[in-house]
Amino acid sequence: MLGRTLREVSAALKQGQITPTELCLKCLSLIKKTKFLNAYITVSEEVALKQAEESEKRYKKGHSLGDLDGIPVAVKDNFSTSGIETTCASNMLKGYVPPYNATVVQKLLDQGALLMGKTNLDEFAMGSGSTDGIFGPVKNPWSYSKQYREKRKQKPHGENEETNWLITGGSSGGSAAAVSAFTCFAALGSDTGGSTRNPAAHCGVVGLKPSYGLVSRHGLIPLVNSMDVPGILTRCVDDAATVLGVLAGHDCKDSTTVQDPVKSFILPSLTDVSKLCIGIPKEYLVPELSSEVQSLWSKAAKLFESEGAKVIEVSLPHTSYSIVCYHVLCTSEVASNMARFDGLEYGHRCDINVSTEAMYAATRREGFNDVVRGRILSGNFFLLKENYENYFIKAQKVRRLIANDFVNVFNSGVDVLLTPTTLSEAVPYMEFIKEDNRTRSAQGDIFTQAVNMAGLPAVSVPMALSNQGLPIGLQFIGRAFCDQQLLTVAKWFEKQVQFPVIQLQEIMGDCSSVFENDLASVSLKQ
Amino acid sequence: MWARAGRRVLRAPRGGCRGFASPAGSPGKAGGGGVSAGREAGRAALETGRIAREVVEHLERLALVDFGGPEAVARLERAVAFADRLRAVDTDGVQPLESVLEDRCLYLRSDNVVEGNCAEELLQNSHRVVEEYFVAPPGNISLPKLDEQEPFSQS
Repeated sequence: MLGRTLREVSAALKQGQITPTELCLKCLSLIKKTKFLNAYITVSEEVALKQAEESEKRYKKGHSLGDLDGIPVAVKDNFSTSGIETTCASNMLKGYVPPYNATVVQKLLDQGALLMGKTNLDEFAMGSGSTDGIFGPVKNPWSYSKQYREKRKQKPHGENEETNWLITGGSSGGSAAAVSAFTCFAALGSDTGGSTRNPAAHCGVVGLKPSYGLVSRHGLIPLVNSMDVPGILTRCVDDAATVLGVLAGHDCKDSTTVQDPVKSFILPSLTDVSKLCIGIPKEYLVPELSSEVQSLWSKAAKLFESEGAKVIEVSLPHTSYSIVCYHVLCTSEVASNMARFDGLEYGHRCDINVSTEAMYAATRREGFNDVVRGRILSGNFFLLKENYENYFIKAQKVRRLIANDFVNVFNSGVDVLLTPTTLSEAVPYMEFIKEDNRTRSAQGDIFTQAVNMAGLPAVSVPMALSNQGLPIGLQFIGRAFCDQQLLTVAKWFEKQVQFPVIQLQEIMGDCSSVFENDLASVSLKQ
Repeated sequence: MWARAGRRVLRAPRGGCRGFASPAGSPGKAGGGGVSAGREAGRAALETGRIAREVVEHLERLALVDFGGPEAVARLERAVAFADRLRAVDTDGVQPLESVLEDRCLYLRSDNVVEGNCAEELLQNSHRVVEEYFVAPPGNISLPKLDEQEPFSQS
């Protein structure tokens, strides 16, 4: 049951083949079994069971709220959840319990979803490995998969096991791992520079970054106000569209959400791609790109071509400056956004009482880790009077050039761009930590951050396993507010490539029954 | 026009340390005349690729976050060196982009009070409150300079 898609489970719930409580208990049990992954910071067991109870009552009366009623979901720990600790994996907010729900969380709850817990991340969503939070790093479930283990010819409990595990990517690694390990059907992440798409690619799940302005950021603890969006992680494209349909729409509490009427996100099943024009940006072919990812990227392009689509090479000339521009704008906005953490109204507060400045300084030193402090200081440097014009304004100008590059390409008739999501498959943690956070972020975000600067929608779809048995995903980028078209193309691609299901039976032990087809048939009304 | 002149003057020296462009005064001025002593010191230090102590202290005051050691300063220098690559981009005549939604109008809500009255809830999240006040230490004392500071208690 846990291996099924959201819509299939929803149908099963409606038909009474399983109850929300049973589903909830299965997921909770799996969360306990996979605790070593460190995907969850908080497991909201009581809340979830209570929600399951209410959902069950609704189903018994035949009054289900919709496709998400009774469905276990997880939420990244930088979304405010009323009554449930929200930490951003930082000492600054350890113990902080928000008095309200983020709009996207409220929308999920209003649809009857079961909140399983808050997932782990890099501190304040700064990072591309989910390794720099105070609760420790998140382990990629694929480290324990049969597919990976077989390739490494390891014994199940060999001595390498504990030290050679792989990162999930970040910063929404906890959410990606939670979905990948079947502990929930959908998870919320956030995406500022690729933080949803990067871990999605490394964990073999679908990671959607909606258009900026489509989904409310109210309650998402902000990093970069002009680029942040809530991200959606699911095991298939249809599920992502279902969740997007629930979350999208104007929110009067977020003035950066557009007021356009919300279109449907039900995805047609594309059979004919001959009218489609796919663009391949040539500047994305960088020397650091692994040969495996490159060859899969080529293969994907050829796939579209062989099915009749027009596939053309395009140019995004300012690509090589994109990551630098992002670095300046991101640190500058972060410096501003982190200023709210002073210990007075919420969050950690130090013991010093000599003066406000001394108190703020000590609180912030104790509350933030090196990465956050480093970004705040860099950002403040770029915002100094003598540097403002040359760094911050300059970066804003370069941002316009980058956004215009995309506009020009889409205006020339391209419908969707196809690029890699990451430079390579997931790397071992021991390898990853050899370089500092900024270097790793620059590498991890290289294909993804330009999209945030332009505010476009993008989705990472898992394509195939690498020679080591690890997932590799590719990214599709669409026109602004054309999320439905983007997902339609992604869904077609997903169907063509048939990415394999992760085989985790070894570590699940007697949980392996969750993967058996314990339904004779599930009827789906399309 | 001034930007081009500025670029020629401030091009990074070959090899060794990178030169940093501190701007030639504010836009419109061609030369660097009239910069303050502090900025001069900052600029001189920047041109060797290292960040001057005055700038470090200034940043710590502004950010209310301390560097914590020379590694952090080195990290900042690398970050700035990374950011310097932007210089190579020609942005003449390009307007800064603040928001991707700039072509849309910001809407206004109707001026009705629909929520609030939650003082108690909000006060609960603070460590130090007195009645309905958040309590802060005295505010008119500046943070002492680095070499004047008492070491903060480690926790």
